[in-house]
Amino acid sequence: MKIEVLGTGCPKCMSVEQNVKKALAELELQADVEKVTDIQQIIQKGVMSTPALVIDGKLVLQGKNPTVEQLKELFKGA
Amino acid sequence: MSGDPQRASAAGKNVRLPAAGKWLLWLFIVLAAAAAWWLVYGNLERFANWLVYGALGMSAGNRLASALAFFVFEAPKVLMLLLVVVFGVGIVRSFFTPERTRRMLAGRRQTAGNVLASLLGVVTPFCSCSAVPLFIGFVTTGVPLGVTFSFLIAAPMINEVALVLLFGLFGWKVAGLYLGTGLVIAMVAGWVIGKLRLERWVEGWVYATAPASSAVGTEGRMSLAEHVSSGRDAVKDIVGRVWPYVLAGIAVGAGIHGYVPEQLMASIMGKGAWWSVPLAVVIGIPMYSNAAGIIPVVQALLEKGAALGTVLAFMMSVIGLSLPEVIILRKVLKMPLIATFVGVVGVGILVVGYLFNIVL
Repeated sequence: MKIEVLGTGCPKCMSVEQNVKKALAELELQADVEKVTDIQQIIQKGVMSTPALVIDGKLVLQGKNPTVEQLKELFKGA
Repeated sequence: MSGDPQRASAAGKNVRLPAAGKWLLWLFIVLAAAAAWWLVYGNLERFANWLVYGALGMSAGNRLASALAFFVFEAPKVLMLLLVVVFGVGIVRSFFTPERTRRMLAGRRQTAGNVLASLLGVVTPFCSCSAVPLFIGFVTTGVPLGVTFSFLIAAPMINEVALVLLFGLFGWKVAGLYLGTGLVIAMVAGWVIGKLRLERWVEGWVYATAPASSAVGTEGRMSLAEHVSSGRDAVKDIVGRVWPYVLAGIAVGAGIHGYVPEQLMASIMGKGAWWSVPLAVVIGIPMYSNAAGIIPVVQALLEKGAALGTVLAFMMSVIGLSLPEVIILRKVLKMPLIATFVGVVGVGILVVGYLFNIVL
Protein backbone atom coordinates (compact mmCIF):
# COMPACT_ATOMS: atom_id res chain seq x y z
CA MET A 1 0.00 0.00 0.00
CA LYS A 2 1.25 3.47 -0.84
CA ILE A 3 0.02 6.43 1.18
CA GLU A 4 0.63 10.02 0.20
CA VAL A 5 -0.04 12.93 2.54
CA LEU A 6 -0.60 16.11 0.55
CA GLY A 7 0.01 19.43 2.21
CA THR A 8 2.13 22.54 2.04
CA GLY A 9 3.47 22.23 5.56
CA CYS A 10 0.78 23.75 7.74
CA PRO A 11 0.37 22.39 11.28
CA LYS A 12 -2.71 20.38 10.27
CA CYS A 13 -0.77 18.53 7.57
CA MET A 14 1.91 17.55 10.06
CA SER A 15 -0.66 16.10 12.40
CA VAL A 16 -2.19 14.08 9.55
CA GLU A 17 1.19 12.50 8.86
CA GLN A 18 1.62 11.60 12.52
CA ASN A 19 -1.90 10.15 12.72
CA VAL A 20 -1.27 8.08 9.58
CA LYS A 21 1.81 6.55 11.17
CA LYS A 22 -0.02 5.91 14.42
CA ALA A 23 -2.94 4.25 12.61
CA LEU A 24 -0.57 2.03 10.60
CA ALA A 25 1.27 1.02 13.75
CA GLU A 26 -1.97 0.16 15.53
CA LEU A 27 -3.13 -1.98 12.61
CA GLU A 28 0.38 -3.45 12.27
CA LEU A 29 0.33 -2.61 8.56
CA GLN A 30 3.29 -1.90 6.36
CA ALA A 31 3.00 0.97 3.90
CA ASP A 32 5.07 3.56 2.09
CA VAL A 33 4.19 6.92 3.59
CA GLU A 34 5.19 9.85 1.44
CA LYS A 35 4.75 13.54 2.13
CA VAL A 36 3.91 15.62 -0.95
CA THR A 37 4.61 19.31 -0.43
CA ASP A 38 5.08 20.50 -4.02
CA ILE A 39 2.10 22.62 -5.01
CA GLN A 40 2.12 21.62 -8.65
CA GLN A 41 2.03 17.95 -7.74
CA ILE A 42 -0.78 18.58 -5.30
CA ILE A 43 -2.83 20.43 -7.92
CA GLN A 44 -2.30 17.70 -10.47
CA LYS A 45 -4.05 15.26 -8.18
CA GLY A 46 -7.11 17.51 -8.31
CA VAL A 47 -6.76 18.72 -4.74
CA MET A 48 -7.89 22.20 -3.70
CA SER A 49 -7.93 22.00 0.04
CA THR A 50 -5.12 20.56 2.08
CA PRO A 51 -4.40 18.40 4.00
CA ALA A 52 -5.38 15.58 1.65
CA LEU A 53 -4.74 11.86 1.60
CA VAL A 54 -4.07 9.61 -1.38
CA ILE A 55 -4.05 5.82 -1.02
CA ASP A 56 -2.61 3.84 -3.95
CA GLY A 57 -3.16 6.77 -6.28
CA LYS A 58 -6.76 7.33 -5.21
CA LEU A 59 -7.78 10.53 -3.45
CA VAL A 60 -9.72 9.56 -0.34
CA LEU A 61 -9.76 12.68 1.81
CA GLN A 62 -9.26 16.39 1.38
CA GLY A 63 -9.53 19.48 3.53
CA LYS A 64 -10.00 17.37 6.62
CA ASN A 65 -7.93 16.43 9.57
CA PRO A 66 -8.91 12.78 10.17
CA THR A 67 -8.65 11.04 13.51
CA VAL A 68 -6.60 7.89 13.98
CA GLU A 69 -9.85 5.88 14.11
CA GLN A 70 -11.09 7.28 10.80
CA LEU A 71 -7.74 6.54 9.21
CA LYS A 72 -7.82 2.95 10.44
CA GLU A 73 -11.22 2.48 8.75
CA LEU A 74 -9.79 3.89 5.50
CA PHE A 75 -6.72 1.64 5.63
CA LYS A 76 -8.76 -1.47 6.39
CA GLY A 77 -10.88 -0.79 3.31
CA ALA A 78 -7.89 -0.29 1.03
CA MET B 1 -12.07 5.19 23.61
CA SER B 2 -12.60 3.03 20.55
CA GLY B 3 -16.04 3.79 19.15
CA ASP B 4 -17.41 0.28 18.93
CA PRO B 5 -20.67 0.63 16.99
CA GLN B 6 -22.03 -2.76 18.05
CA ARG B 7 -21.61 -2.06 21.72
CA ALA B 8 -23.10 1.40 21.31
CA SER B 9 -26.22 0.06 19.63
CA ALA B 10 -26.51 -2.66 22.25
CA ALA B 11 -26.44 0.01 24.94
CA GLY B 12 -29.14 1.83 23.00
CA LYS B 13 -31.30 -1.30 23.06
CA ASN B 14 -30.92 -1.71 26.80
CA VAL B 15 -32.57 1.64 27.31
CA ARG B 16 -35.47 0.38 25.16
CA LEU B 17 -36.47 3.74 23.80
CA PRO B 18 -38.57 3.83 20.66
CA ALA B 19 -37.18 6.11 17.95
CA ALA B 20 -39.63 8.91 18.73
CA GLY B 21 -38.76 8.72 22.42
CA LYS B 22 -35.09 9.02 21.59
CA TRP B 23 -35.76 12.17 19.59
CA LEU B 24 -37.81 13.63 22.41
CA LEU B 25 -34.99 12.88 24.84
CA TRP B 26 -32.53 14.67 22.56
CA LEU B 27 -34.86 17.60 22.15
CA PHE B 28 -35.19 17.80 25.92
CA ILE B 29 -31.40 17.74 26.41
CA VAL B 30 -30.88 20.46 23.80
CA LEU B 31 -33.60 22.67 25.30
CA ALA B 32 -32.27 22.16 28.83
CA ALA B 33 -28.74 23.03 27.70
CA ALA B 34 -30.01 26.15 25.92
CA ALA B 35 -31.96 27.24 28.99
CA ALA B 36 -28.97 26.68 31.28
CA TRP B 37 -26.76 28.61 28.85
CA TRP B 38 -29.20 31.49 28.75
CA LEU B 39 -29.57 31.59 32.51
CA VAL B 40 -25.81 31.70 33.13
CA TYR B 41 -25.22 34.17 30.29
CA GLY B 42 -27.91 36.53 31.53
CA ASN B 43 -26.53 36.65 35.06
CA LEU B 44 -22.83 37.05 34.36
CA GLU B 45 -22.74 40.78 35.01
CA ARG B 46 -24.59 40.42 38.30
CA PHE B 47 -22.23 37.63 39.30
CA ALA B 48 -19.12 39.69 38.42
CA ASN B 49 -20.35 42.65 40.45
CA TRP B 50 -21.34 40.43 43.34
CA LEU B 51 -17.94 38.70 43.34
CA VAL B 52 -15.81 41.83 43.16
CA TYR B 53 -17.82 44.31 45.20
CA GLY B 54 -19.68 41.90 47.46
CA ALA B 55 -17.66 38.75 48.17
CA LEU B 56 -14.24 40.35 47.80
CA GLY B 57 -15.46 43.53 49.40
CA MET B 58 -13.62 45.89 47.07
CA SER B 59 -14.84 49.44 46.92
CA ALA B 60 -16.39 51.00 43.83
CA GLY B 61 -14.02 53.42 42.13
CA ASN B 62 -11.01 51.26 42.95
CA ARG B 63 -9.02 50.73 39.72
CA LEU B 64 -8.15 47.12 40.41
CA ALA B 65 -11.78 46.37 41.22
CA SER B 66 -12.93 47.96 37.98
CA ALA B 67 -10.39 45.93 35.95
CA LEU B 68 -11.29 42.74 37.79
CA ALA B 69 -15.03 43.17 37.38
CA PHE B 70 -14.47 43.79 33.65
CA PHE B 71 -12.49 40.57 33.30
CA VAL B 72 -14.82 38.37 35.37
CA PHE B 73 -17.78 39.58 33.28
CA GLU B 74 -16.28 39.71 29.77
CA ALA B 75 -14.15 36.56 29.74
CA PRO B 76 -16.90 33.98 30.39
CA LYS B 77 -19.34 35.98 28.27
CA VAL B 78 -17.12 35.92 25.19
CA LEU B 79 -16.17 32.27 25.68
CA MET B 80 -19.84 31.27 25.98
CA LEU B 81 -20.73 33.17 22.82
CA LEU B 82 -17.77 31.60 21.03
CA LEU B 83 -18.94 28.09 21.92
CA VAL B 84 -22.40 28.64 20.50
CA VAL B 85 -21.43 30.55 17.36
CA VAL B 86 -18.46 28.37 16.40
CA PHE B 87 -20.66 25.29 16.82
CA GLY B 88 -23.34 26.81 14.59
CA VAL B 89 -20.87 28.00 11.97
CA GLY B 90 -19.20 24.58 12.01
CA ILE B 91 -22.53 22.97 11.15
CA VAL B 92 -23.28 25.50 8.38
CA ARG B 93 -19.81 25.05 6.87
CA SER B 94 -20.22 21.29 6.75
CA PHE B 95 -22.81 21.87 4.01
CA PHE B 96 -20.20 23.59 1.82
CA THR B 97 -16.93 22.41 0.33
CA PRO B 98 -14.42 24.31 -1.81
CA GLU B 99 -15.27 21.93 -4.67
CA ARG B 100 -18.98 22.74 -4.52
CA THR B 101 -18.24 26.46 -4.27
CA ARG B 102 -16.00 26.25 -7.31
CA ARG B 103 -18.71 24.57 -9.33
CA MET B 104 -21.11 27.35 -8.38
CA LEU B 105 -18.60 30.02 -9.43
CA ALA B 106 -17.18 28.52 -12.62
CA GLY B 107 -18.03 30.57 -15.69
CA ARG B 108 -19.75 33.34 -13.71
CA ARG B 109 -19.45 36.85 -14.99
CA GLN B 110 -18.12 39.80 -13.12
CA THR B 111 -20.49 41.61 -10.72
CA ALA B 112 -22.93 38.74 -10.06
CA GLY B 113 -19.91 36.48 -9.66
CA ASN B 114 -18.26 38.88 -7.22
CA VAL B 115 -21.38 39.07 -5.06
CA LEU B 116 -21.81 35.29 -4.99
CA ALA B 117 -18.10 34.65 -4.36
CA SER B 118 -18.02 37.03 -1.40
CA LEU B 119 -21.07 35.39 0.17
CA LEU B 120 -19.67 31.90 -0.42
CA GLY B 121 -16.37 33.08 1.08
CA VAL B 122 -18.16 33.49 4.39
CA VAL B 123 -19.62 29.98 4.55
CA THR B 124 -17.00 27.85 2.78
CA PRO B 125 -14.42 26.27 5.06
CA PHE B 126 -11.10 27.89 4.28
CA CYS B 127 -7.63 27.73 5.75
CA SER B 128 -5.11 30.29 4.55
CA CYS B 129 -2.53 27.51 4.19
CA SER B 130 -4.53 26.10 1.28
CA ALA B 131 -4.96 29.50 -0.39
CA VAL B 132 -2.57 28.56 -3.19
CA PRO B 133 -4.09 25.23 -4.28
CA LEU B 134 -7.49 26.86 -3.99
CA PHE B 135 -6.44 29.81 -6.14
CA ILE B 136 -5.07 27.52 -8.85
CA GLY B 137 -8.07 25.21 -8.61
CA PHE B 138 -10.38 28.19 -9.15
CA VAL B 139 -8.66 30.07 -11.98
CA THR B 140 -7.83 26.98 -14.06
CA THR B 141 -11.43 25.78 -14.10
CA GLY B 142 -13.06 28.92 -15.38
CA VAL B 143 -13.61 31.03 -12.29
CA PRO B 144 -12.63 34.58 -13.38
CA LEU B 145 -9.65 36.16 -11.60
CA GLY B 146 -11.69 38.97 -10.03
CA VAL B 147 -14.32 36.54 -8.76
CA THR B 148 -11.57 34.36 -7.26
CA PHE B 149 -10.23 37.42 -5.47
CA SER B 150 -13.63 38.28 -4.05
CA PHE B 151 -13.63 34.83 -2.50
CA LEU B 152 -10.05 35.09 -1.25
CA ILE B 153 -10.74 38.46 0.37
CA ALA B 154 -14.04 37.55 2.02
CA ALA B 155 -12.96 34.14 3.33
CA PRO B 156 -10.37 35.30 5.85
CA MET B 157 -11.77 38.79 6.49
CA ILE B 158 -15.20 37.72 7.64
CA ASN B 159 -14.26 35.50 10.46
CA GLU B 160 -16.62 33.97 13.00
CA VAL B 161 -14.33 34.57 15.95
CA ALA B 162 -14.04 38.27 15.11
CA LEU B 163 -17.79 38.46 14.61
CA VAL B 164 -18.45 36.94 18.04
CA LEU B 165 -16.01 39.26 19.76
CA LEU B 166 -17.48 42.31 18.06
CA PHE B 167 -20.99 41.22 18.96
CA GLY B 168 -20.06 40.41 22.55
CA LEU B 169 -18.00 43.51 23.24
CA PHE B 170 -19.54 46.18 20.97
CA GLY B 171 -23.06 44.96 20.31
CA TRP B 172 -24.92 43.78 17.22
CA LYS B 173 -24.70 47.06 15.33
CA VAL B 174 -20.92 47.06 15.12
CA ALA B 175 -20.89 43.32 14.35
CA GLY B 176 -23.39 43.95 11.55
CA LEU B 177 -21.37 46.87 10.19
CA TYR B 178 -18.27 44.71 10.13
CA LEU B 179 -20.09 41.92 8.29
CA GLY B 180 -21.72 44.29 5.79
CA THR B 181 -18.71 46.46 5.01
CA GLY B 182 -16.44 43.38 4.86
CA LEU B 183 -18.69 41.87 2.19
CA VAL B 184 -18.81 45.12 0.25
CA ILE B 185 -15.01 45.44 0.29
CA ALA B 186 -14.63 41.86 -0.97
CA MET B 187 -17.18 42.42 -3.76
CA VAL B 188 -15.82 45.77 -4.90
CA ALA B 189 -12.11 44.91 -4.59
CA GLY B 190 -12.62 41.68 -6.56
CA TRP B 191 -14.65 43.57 -9.16
CA VAL B 192 -11.93 46.21 -9.57
CA ILE B 193 -9.19 43.58 -9.87
CA GLY B 194 -11.29 41.80 -12.50
CA LYS B 195 -11.85 45.03 -14.48
CA LEU B 196 -8.12 45.76 -14.50
CA ARG B 197 -7.49 42.50 -16.40
CA LEU B 198 -4.41 41.51 -14.49
CA GLU B 199 -4.19 37.90 -15.69
CA ARG B 200 -0.73 38.62 -17.10
CA TRP B 201 0.54 39.11 -13.56
CA VAL B 202 -0.40 35.61 -12.50
CA GLU B 203 2.67 33.36 -12.63
CA GLY B 204 2.75 31.64 -16.03
CA TRP B 205 2.84 28.09 -14.72
CA VAL B 206 -0.51 28.52 -13.00
CA TYR B 207 -2.54 28.61 -16.21
CA ALA B 208 -0.30 25.91 -17.67
CA THR B 209 -1.27 23.58 -14.84
CA ALA B 210 -4.04 21.35 -16.06
CA PRO B 211 -5.89 20.22 -12.98
CA ALA B 212 -6.87 16.58 -13.02
CA SER B 213 -10.60 17.25 -13.24
CA SER B 214 -11.36 16.81 -9.62
CA ALA B 215 -13.04 13.43 -9.86
CA VAL B 216 -13.17 13.05 -6.14
CA GLY B 217 -15.04 10.39 -4.28
CA THR B 218 -14.85 12.27 -0.99
CA GLU B 219 -18.01 14.28 -1.37
CA GLY B 220 -20.73 11.92 -0.20
CA ARG B 221 -23.84 13.16 1.53
CA MET B 222 -23.52 13.60 5.27
CA SER B 223 -26.06 12.49 7.81
CA LEU B 224 -27.51 14.89 10.36
CA ALA B 225 -25.32 13.33 13.05
CA GLU B 226 -22.23 13.98 10.90
CA HIS B 227 -23.18 17.63 10.44
CA VAL B 228 -23.57 17.99 14.20
CA SER B 229 -20.24 16.30 14.79
CA SER B 230 -18.64 18.77 12.35
CA GLY B 231 -19.91 21.53 14.61
CA ARG B 232 -18.37 19.80 17.59
CA ASP B 233 -15.05 19.38 15.76
CA ALA B 234 -15.07 23.09 14.89
CA VAL B 235 -15.52 23.95 18.56
CA LYS B 236 -12.65 21.67 19.56
CA ASP B 237 -10.40 23.03 16.84
CA ILE B 238 -11.19 26.76 16.91
CA VAL B 239 -12.16 27.43 20.51
CA GLY B 240 -9.38 25.09 21.62
CA ARG B 241 -6.93 27.19 19.64
CA VAL B 242 -8.10 30.77 20.39
CA TRP B 243 -9.18 30.69 24.03
CA PRO B 244 -5.77 31.65 25.46
CA TYR B 245 -5.65 34.67 23.14
CA VAL B 246 -9.17 35.66 24.07
CA LEU B 247 -8.33 35.53 27.76
CA ALA B 248 -5.02 37.37 27.28
CA GLY B 249 -6.73 40.03 25.18
CA ILE B 250 -9.51 40.53 27.71
CA ALA B 251 -6.93 40.70 30.51
CA VAL B 252 -5.06 43.49 28.71
CA GLY B 253 -8.38 45.15 27.91
CA ALA B 254 -9.33 44.92 31.59
CA GLY B 255 -6.06 46.63 32.52
CA ILE B 256 -6.73 49.46 30.08
CA HIS B 257 -10.31 49.66 31.30
CA GLY B 258 -9.19 50.10 34.89
CA TYR B 259 -5.98 52.08 34.59
CA VAL B 260 -5.84 54.19 31.41
CA PRO B 261 -7.33 57.63 31.98
CA GLU B 262 -10.52 58.60 30.14
CA GLN B 263 -10.08 60.40 26.83
CA LEU B 264 -6.37 59.58 26.57
CA MET B 265 -7.01 57.83 23.27
CA ALA B 266 -9.12 60.65 21.88
CA SER B 267 -6.03 62.58 20.81
CA ILE B 268 -4.31 59.52 19.25
CA MET B 269 -7.15 57.48 17.76
CA GLY B 270 -10.01 59.96 17.90
CA LYS B 271 -12.03 61.41 15.05
CA GLY B 272 -10.00 64.61 14.99
CA ALA B 273 -6.77 62.89 13.97
CA TRP B 274 -7.07 62.36 10.18
CA TRP B 275 -3.94 60.22 10.02
CA SER B 276 -5.26 57.74 12.56
CA VAL B 277 -7.13 55.63 9.94
CA PRO B 278 -4.19 55.05 7.54
CA LEU B 279 -1.92 54.46 10.52
CA ALA B 280 -4.32 51.85 11.89
CA VAL B 281 -4.34 50.04 8.50
CA VAL B 282 -0.54 50.06 8.19
CA ILE B 283 -0.03 48.77 11.72
CA GLY B 284 -2.64 46.10 11.13
CA ILE B 285 -1.02 44.45 8.09
CA PRO B 286 1.89 42.68 9.83
CA MET B 287 -0.30 41.69 12.77
CA TYR B 288 -1.88 38.39 12.02
CA SER B 289 -4.74 36.13 13.00
CA ASN B 290 -4.99 37.04 16.64
CA ALA B 291 -8.16 38.97 16.16
CA ALA B 292 -9.17 37.06 19.24
CA GLY B 293 -6.54 38.83 21.30
CA ILE B 294 -6.75 42.20 19.59
CA ILE B 295 -10.46 42.96 19.69
CA PRO B 296 -10.82 43.15 23.49
CA VAL B 297 -7.85 45.54 23.59
CA VAL B 298 -9.41 47.62 20.87
CA GLN B 299 -12.72 47.70 22.71
CA ALA B 300 -11.04 49.09 25.80
CA LEU B 301 -9.31 51.72 23.65
CA LEU B 302 -12.60 52.71 22.09
CA GLU B 303 -13.98 53.27 25.53
CA LYS B 304 -11.15 55.69 26.17
CA GLY B 305 -12.06 57.89 23.22
CA ALA B 306 -10.79 56.15 20.09
CA ALA B 307 -13.09 56.52 17.07
CA LEU B 308 -15.13 53.55 15.84
CA GLY B 309 -14.10 53.91 12.17
CA THR B 310 -10.45 53.85 13.13
CA VAL B 311 -10.98 50.77 15.24
CA LEU B 312 -12.94 49.00 12.49
CA ALA B 313 -10.20 49.80 9.95
CA PHE B 314 -7.59 48.41 12.30
CA MET B 315 -9.53 45.19 12.80
CA MET B 316 -10.12 44.61 9.11
CA SER B 317 -6.51 45.28 8.31
CA VAL B 318 -5.36 42.80 10.95
CA ILE B 319 -7.69 40.07 9.73
CA GLY B 320 -8.11 40.76 6.02
CA LEU B 321 -4.62 41.75 5.00
CA SER B 322 -2.19 39.37 6.56
CA LEU B 323 1.48 39.23 5.76
CA PRO B 324 1.78 35.42 5.86
CA GLU B 325 -1.08 35.04 3.39
CA VAL B 326 0.50 37.57 1.05
CA ILE B 327 3.80 35.67 1.22
CA ILE B 328 2.00 32.41 0.42
CA LEU B 329 0.21 34.03 -2.54
CA ARG B 330 3.53 35.31 -3.91
CA LYS B 331 4.06 31.76 -5.22
CA VAL B 332 1.27 32.25 -7.75
CA LEU B 333 1.05 36.03 -8.19
CA LYS B 334 3.68 38.45 -9.49
CA MET B 335 4.55 41.46 -7.38
CA PRO B 336 2.40 44.02 -9.26
CA LEU B 337 -0.71 41.90 -8.69
CA ILE B 338 0.14 41.43 -5.00
CA ALA B 339 0.60 45.18 -4.71
CA THR B 340 -2.72 45.80 -6.48
CA PHE B 341 -4.48 43.32 -4.19
CA VAL B 342 -3.09 44.89 -1.01
CA GLY B 343 -3.68 48.38 -2.44
CA VAL B 344 -7.30 47.86 -3.48
CA VAL B 345 -8.27 46.12 -0.23
CA GLY B 346 -6.33 48.70 1.79
CA VAL B 347 -8.16 51.57 0.09
CA GLY B 348 -11.47 49.82 0.74
CA ILE B 349 -10.66 49.56 4.43
CA LEU B 350 -9.58 53.22 4.53
CA VAL B 351 -12.88 54.29 3.00
CA VAL B 352 -14.78 52.25 5.59
CA GLY B 353 -12.73 53.77 8.41
CA TYR B 354 -13.30 57.36 7.27
CA LEU B 355 -16.95 56.71 6.47
CA PHE B 356 -17.72 55.54 9.98
CA ASN B 357 -15.71 58.30 11.58
CA ILE B 358 -17.79 60.81 9.62
CA VAL B 359 -21.19 59.14 9.90
CA LEU B 360 -21.14 58.03 13.52
